[in-house]
Amino acid sequence: MKKFLVEFLNGIVKENPTFVLLLGLCPTLAVSISVVNGIGMGIAATFVLLGSNIIISLIKNVIPDRIRIPCYIVVIATFVTIAELSMKAYSPVLNRALGIYVPLIVVNCIVLGRAEAYAAKNTVVNSLFDGLGMGIGFTLALILISGIREFLGAGKILGYTLIKGFEPVFVIGMPSGALLVIGLLLGFFNLLKSKRE
Amino acid sequence: MNATQFLTIFISAVFVYNVILSRFLGLCSFIAISKETKPALAMSLAVMFVTTMSSIITWLIYRFLLLPFGMTYLRTISFILVIAAFVQLVEMIIKKVSPPMYRFFGIYLPLITVNCAVLGVAVLNSDMFFLNGKVLPGSFIYSVFQGICVGLGYTLAMLLMSGVRERLDLCNIPEAVKEFPLAFIIASIMSLSFMGFNGFKF
Repeated sequence: MKKFLVEFLNGIVKENPTFVLLLGLCPTLAVSISVVNGIGMGIAATFVLLGSNIIISLIKNVIPDRIRIPCYIVVIATFVTIAELSMKAYSPVLNRALGIYVPLIVVNCIVLGRAEAYAAKNTVVNSLFDGLGMGIGFTLALILISGIREFLGAGKILGYTLIKGFEPVFVIGMPSGALLVIGLLLGFFNLLKSKRE
Repeated sequence: MNATQFLTIFISAVFVYNVILSRFLGLCSFIAISKETKPALAMSLAVMFVTTMSSIITWLIYRFLLLPFGMTYLRTISFILVIAAFVQLVEMIIKKVSPPMYRFFGIYLPLITVNCAVLGVAVLNSDMFFLNGKVLPGSFIYSVFQGICVGLGYTLAMLLMSGVRERLDLCNIPEAVKEFPLAFIIASIMSLSFMGFNGFKF
């Protein structure tokens, strides 16, 4: 049990996909305008990661080595299509807000990266926990970035105003604000790491 | 089909909605390969070629396979597979026909398969130029033109970024923001200046 916990926590802190591995940044930056969008994207990506990790670790011995990448992509694309269609059916508003970034989960480097680096070498249960940990790490990173951007850019969190009379910084909600926030956050984490060593 | 439409696509794909600085597509390669100008240029040319060709191929697939048979829900799967197969094919052809060219940008080609910009253009084309399962007039030309323009926008951002980062080698940078954090902050300032194109109306 303890080993699974290690796998699980690995994705959240030590190998956080966004802040440590720097993977899957396109959707992170594009959808992090509000916390709701961030959570929606996080859940969709977690679902895809979990599904593709399980299936790929199940069929890893059947796939010929030379065409493994196309096979992985088909599995991943199937799960992305499931996520896309479910989102369209149950939450059209969120689907419109996320736009083309939902089908683009296919080319999100986290998913293919975990398939190649982890699921293709480990057992099903391990891969399950790895996918779950990575997905939650990704979601937490998204919540952090979108929380900062929504608070500074619109003066709200989840649609509620926190401080009365706070003048929002418009540019943080724009694309350039997303790049600035992630740059400063990465620098801040580097600083923390160098202080601890 | 008229000149204004082409101008609108050009301005919006290259400047207003620049793939990297505004849509954040292809950000991974943008941050990783923009350290020097020469590889940055090779990567950009490869991306431009692939976005153009994949616009053509995915338009044909969407128009003649997915739409008539009512299988538009297979869009994601079919597009990514076709793009991956096409990139592999191009890599093999270049390796056989022109080894110097293969050395120039061969190593960047496999990376393009998972470059979001390529799939992004294909998905955008099928969203913009097809309305409720109907083909809009001139959509093929517009799709191809948009593919070229997105490639141009990528090249522009890549060249600007690599120029700035080459200069940064001579500067004294705080330890904590070296490499990636600084690259993001520079990209942010560039994106801010590209925001100025937002007011363009036609």
